[in-house]
Amino acid sequence: MTRTITYMEAIREAIREEMQRDPHLFMIGEDVGPYGGEMGLSKGLWEEFGDLRIRDAPISEAAIVGCALGAAATGCRAIAEIPFMDFIGVAMDQIYNQAAKIRYMFGGKARIPLVIRTPIGGYQSAAAQHSQCLEAWFTHTPGIKVVLPSTPYEAKGLMKTALADSNPVLFIEHKKLYQRKGEVPIGDYSIPFGKADVKRRGKHVTVVATSFTVEMALEASATLAGEGIEVEVVDPRTLVPLDEETILESVRRTGRLVVVHEAWRRGGTGAEIAALVAEKAFNALRAPILRVAAENVPIPFSPVLERFVLPDSEKIVQAVRRVSA
Amino acid sequence: MEKRYEHLADLYRRMLTIRRFEEKTARMYADGEIPGFVHLYAGEEAVAVGVCTALTPDDFITSTHRGHGHLIAKGGRLDLMMAELCGKRSGYCKGKGGSMHIADLDLGILGANGIVGGGLGVAVGAAYSAKLRGTPQVAVAFFGDGATNEGLFHEALNMSAAWSLPVVFVCENNQFGVSTRINRITRETDLSRRALAYGIPATSVDGNSVEEVEGAAHEAVARARKGTGPTLIVARTFRHRGHFEGEVVTYWDKGELDRWKQADPVLRASGVLRNEAGISEETLRTWAKEIDQRIQEAVEFARQSPLPDPSEALDDLFWEKGARA
Repeated sequence: MTRTITYMEAIREAIREEMQRDPHLFMIGEDVGPYGGEMGLSKGLWEEFGDLRIRDAPISEAAIVGCALGAAATGCRAIAEIPFMDFIGVAMDQIYNQAAKIRYMFGGKARIPLVIRTPIGGYQSAAAQHSQCLEAWFTHTPGIKVVLPSTPYEAKGLMKTALADSNPVLFIEHKKLYQRKGEVPIGDYSIPFGKADVKRRGKHVTVVATSFTVEMALEASATLAGEGIEVEVVDPRTLVPLDEETILESVRRTGRLVVVHEAWRRGGTGAEIAALVAEKAFNALRAPILRVAAENVPIPFSPVLERFVLPDSEKIVQAVRRVSA
Repeated sequence: MEKRYEHLADLYRRMLTIRRFEEKTARMYADGEIPGFVHLYAGEEAVAVGVCTALTPDDFITSTHRGHGHLIAKGGRLDLMMAELCGKRSGYCKGKGGSMHIADLDLGILGANGIVGGGLGVAVGAAYSAKLRGTPQVAVAFFGDGATNEGLFHEALNMSAAWSLPVVFVCENNQFGVSTRINRITRETDLSRRALAYGIPATSVDGNSVEEVEGAAHEAVARARKGTGPTLIVARTFRHRGHFEGEVVTYWDKGELDRWKQADPVLRASGVLRNEAGISEETLRTWAKEIDQRIQEAVEFARQSPLPDPSEALDDLFWEKGARA
């Protein structure tokens, strides 16, 4: 049994269900209380759980993450909301030097059930400081899991897993996906980390895409099918841990790989996936690996400039055509 | 013996334990038995001991890069500390942390910290956790004067004041951030005045008087436990050694260290015990011998402990089902 809800509702539902189950789970962030969150995600939660568990915080990203971390290390479960991922730099030390390292530095003696939720993404003329996709900063740093749901079904199932985990999880939501509707099971379910989903089967080219670019990859695949190119679209869903096997298995069949992400090309996770395939499936490759990603400039404001910089389905079509030639 | 002196004798022995531990550490570091960096606490013992005496085993502390004194004062085990300093598998962090990352969560020690001010967020979170879980626990954040110019200091004081969290902020003002004297980088050098901005009480104490520190700590802890919120304690003190072992100190005024050594917190306490409580030299010597014996046992434990297997470097990153913590 399923019903249709939005990506935002799916995340909220996962949080609400877990908060009902665990009285020591709380969420802290700017405007998450009566206002309902800057994106509206926490609407209704403050009314149900009150001030202590849906905590409006000062504009102090470092202390927000620090507070959530300290509570998580001492018997609570915590969700910290950073209203735009662009602001996460302010909290960086608390994330990459503290949260990500505490368990390891202490010799495996701490358990950190901490979820940091944050929206990413452009395509809305929000310019250089409200559009960025910064997941590569965190995939680079050992000790934090990195999750990017692309549909309402995944948003809820992955959030359930994040809230059951006892490690720091960076849960990256996409602003353009919040209002997307999709089928979500009525009962309890979760989606394990480290398990990719093949969104479309195909035998000619593997396209690995994450978050909002999964939709673009599927759109491109429909166009390419008309030209006789059957694209396989793989959504890793979590970048840490990464389901290497599903990607490698797909490339071994297709012999061609295009990696798509909205984050910058240089040093992005596309480079990591390309290196993985080059190291472990080189002999299967029949064409160079291509990346479709943001140009290496800050995200510009004017829609025409932004469109030029960011990936879209047409750019994916062209890349797939090039590797298929 | 009067009750006051019995108690002081207890504080004295704890301070002397820290002093002798640090002196031993300095020798072992010079001999190459301890790798890496060590930042010694000698000279500041009255702050850690005075504050931790006001705490219960269930209370939390966060510590600094100069953390040995805090750990010992909160009940940390000398053998596990020494083994960690030597990089042994039997150490507090299985050799993964070293001097700057020792923690003992069972004793509420939420870690030394290699980042100046880095523990302040965790302390706020531990206090938040106590409030959410409905326990009477208090969190103490130790930090140096250098940390008061970090953003997180302000975020943490403001946040915990806003929500009346049970935190005690203990600033060990040893007047130098590495080499830089405080009046070269801060106009208002009475750091207790920072508390005015956040509407919380503050007190300045002679950080070399263990009884004065303890008195201030008792008041602050009582306030925190009662739910009236945080306090800032600024303890004026001085380190007897360089910022790190091996440093050539070029930044103290001529005779400055000698003047501070006149006010040595350990000697001051022994002076009171000798002159006012009539404790004999022989008793003082016996105590010192017992302490040295314990430290020697810790050293032997460390020396006899095996090094970690190199491949253990890959363990303990993420918590997994069945893990101890």
